[in-house]
Parts: sequence; structure tokens; C-alpha cells
Amino acid sequence: MPEIIDAKTAASMVKENDRLMVGGFLAVGAPENLIDALVEKGTKNLHMICICTDYIDRGNGKLITARQVKSLQVSHIGTNKNTQAQFTEGSLKIEFNPQGTLSERIRIGGAGIGGFLSPVGLGTILEQEKEVVEVDGQKFFLERPIKADIAIIRAKKADRFGNLVYSKTARNANPVMAPSAKITIVEVDEIVENGELDPEAIVTSGIFVDYLVQHKE
Amino acid sequence: MDETAIIAKRIAKELRDGDVVNLGIGIPTEVVNHIPKGVNVYLHSENGMIGVGPSPAKGSEDKDIVNAGGGFISPIAVTSYMDSAASFAIVRGGHLDMTVLGALQVDEEGSIANWIIPGKMVPGMGGAMDLLTGAKKIVAAMKHTDKEGKSKILKRCTLPLTAYKKLSLIVTDLAFIEVTPEGLVLREIHESTTVDEVVRCTEAKLILPAKIIHFS
Repeated sequence: MPEIIDAKTAASMVKENDRLMVGGFLAVGAPENLIDALVEKGTKNLHMICICTDYIDRGNGKLITARQVKSLQVSHIGTNKNTQAQFTEGSLKIEFNPQGTLSERIRIGGAGIGGFLSPVGLGTILEQEKEVVEVDGQKFFLERPIKADIAIIRAKKADRFGNLVYSKTARNANPVMAPSAKITIVEVDEIVENGELDPEAIVTSGIFVDYLVQHKE
Repeated sequence: MDETAIIAKRIAKELRDGDVVNLGIGIPTEVVNHIPKGVNVYLHSENGMIGVGPSPAKGSEDKDIVNAGGGFISPIAVTSYMDSAASFAIVRGGHLDMTVLGALQVDEEGSIANWIIPGKMVPGMGGAMDLLTGAKKIVAAMKHTDKEGKSKILKRCTLPLTAYKKLSLIVTDLAFIEVTPEGLVLREIHESTTVDEVVRCTEAKLILPAKIIHFS
């Protein structure tokens, strides 16, 4: 069963140079308390994996604003001017991925799959950096899995076993990241007793969850 | 009617009852305001939702229900939510009947550029490349010319492509253009313009069929 810890303790588990997955989409479904604690801790040189870099003062964008991120695997940065500025000045390295490619690379990272073949981006500048594979006369990119040292994600409810349910579009990348990190820390709005969640409604099994943090407003 | 409304209204006529559709940010978002009566479409939002309803009234927003632009939306009776990987399996897997996206440039081959202006604007491609690869019908919604009056419909895109040879239709404030293996066919023009005017405003070669109708 996952240990219930506070955000500060969770933040201290993230080490310099770690590969860090952060859930959320434009800060919706982002683990805000965990991000705040990590900003307070000040751990630098992180490699962050996220769908987008949210906003300068919301979601994972706070880690960009605090200059704690040295490199990114991401799909979109257009809503955070600090990401753009650090990229332009050269202090932040960015690997841009089509959003579905990024999500699937993260998914297979936790699914024991060595790569997948995708047609997305053929004929674009992505061809300069990707391996092309031909199957039955059709071309695809070989897309490699993405794994992390730590994932910090957000859910609506957890039982004590760590089974998770999410809230609407706040689900987004959170369930995809949970199995793909060595350590998965989940910030939840509510922790309930085992048996209280409908097993048919559980999206993420507790076997993927290492730590729970109670969200505080 | 302003240019955006002209474009959105014409694109909305392409929707068929029961279609599953993804609308990009900007002009495409407006398409929802012109859906013909009796046509029900199901909107997909790439952050993980099928069945996007209207914007909620002020004060009744749910912080956990947003579209891919971060704007508040509401669910409908048949709404479902899914994770990011499942959302893009829908996109990549050919389960969207149509997607409508804005464009900086399009060209004679049906290629589109809308994700990067090197040295100026590097926001990332987001879900655009996935949508342009996977949807059954792909519509570029754009003004015919840029602010300086230059054609945005080119022989070849000069900006880095978002997708190569993927467009089905190009709809502008002046023209409704079908992308075919033979090239760009001018099917319709807006009632305020003429064929000569459209040809003059277009860098790409337009194929002119015997009958070109007007849209309003």
C-alpha cells in the first residue's frame, strides 16, 4: 500500500538531474501542491516530461519560471512565455513531440513495449531526427518509449491501496504516466477507505502508486 | 458578416449528422456556431473528451472541464472522458470524421504549415500533426491573404510543414477549394467576389471547372 506523505517530503524525493513526469493539461489536473513544494525546495537541472508547459504561474510552468528545468520532452509551449524565452536564449533544451506521439511514448514506457510505429509527422522536419521503418510498403516513424525516475500526478480520489479515479478532463496524461515512472506520487483531493471506490470506475490500479499526498487548497 | 463567420458558416455546411469532429483554435472554433439545424455532431477535444457542449454561463464553470485551448466548456448527455493516449488513439486511428484547423500557409500539394515560424514563434505542434494525419476529412480554415494582401495559398509552403499532402479542403473568406490529386480545384467562390479576383489573390495554380458556384 502507498505511504501517505506530505508535499514537502514528496518534493525531497526528486533529485537533481531526475527525469520528472508531471501530469496535467494547461494546469487542469496538475499536482499543484507537489509543484509548489518542488519550487520551494529549488531542485535544479530537472528533465521534465509533460504535455505542455502550462502557464508562467500555474501548473508545471512554475518550475520553468523558477529555472529548475534544463530539458523538456513536450508537445506545446505556446501558453508559457518563459519556456519560449529560455529556449530562445539556449538555457532550456526542448524535444517537441506531436501530442499523441508523446502520450503513446509515455504509455508504452510503462507497458513493456520497446517502441511503436506512427505515421504522424512524416514529410515534416521531424524526419531529420527520427528513424523511418517501412511495413507492407507503408512508412512509419519508430517512436521510442519514455520512462521517468519520478512521476507527480493528480487524481480526484484514491483509496488506501492507491486505486485512483479522476475528474473529467483533469484525467488527461495522469493515468498514462502512473505506470511509467520508478516512483509515482499522486496528489489527491480525497483519500477514502478500501472498498469505497467502485472497482468498475477505477482508472489506475493502486499497484502503480507509491505515495499519496492529500491536496490542500 | 465578418471574414471569420463567412469561413465558419461554409465549413459548417460540410458537417453530416452523427459526425465526430475536432475543431482547432481560432476560426475553426466558430464553426460550432453555424451547424445547420437537424445536424447533430459530436465534438472531440484532444485533452480527453467526446461530446463537448457549449460554454457554461458565468459562475457555473467547472474547473475540471476545459477544451484544448483551456477554455471552460460543458458536457452533454453522452459525454465521455478519456486519457491522453486514448484520446489520440481516436485521432490517429481514423475515428474522427472531420477536423478543421487554422493555417499560416497551404499549398498546391495539399500540404499545410501552421506550427512554427523559425526564429519568431516556436509554440510546438501540440495535437495538430496527429489531427492532420488521422482524421478522415481535413479542412484548412483560413483568410485567403495575409495582412499585406499576399496569398496564403502557395505553390509550395515556405514554412516548415505540419503535414505533407493531407488536406481535403481549403476554405477561405473568398473561396471553397477542393484538394485533388490533380491539384487545387476552385469549386465555389464567395458571393462578394469574382473568379478573376480569386485567381489574382492566389499564388497556387487553381483548376477552374466549368461550373463554379457562389456561397454566402
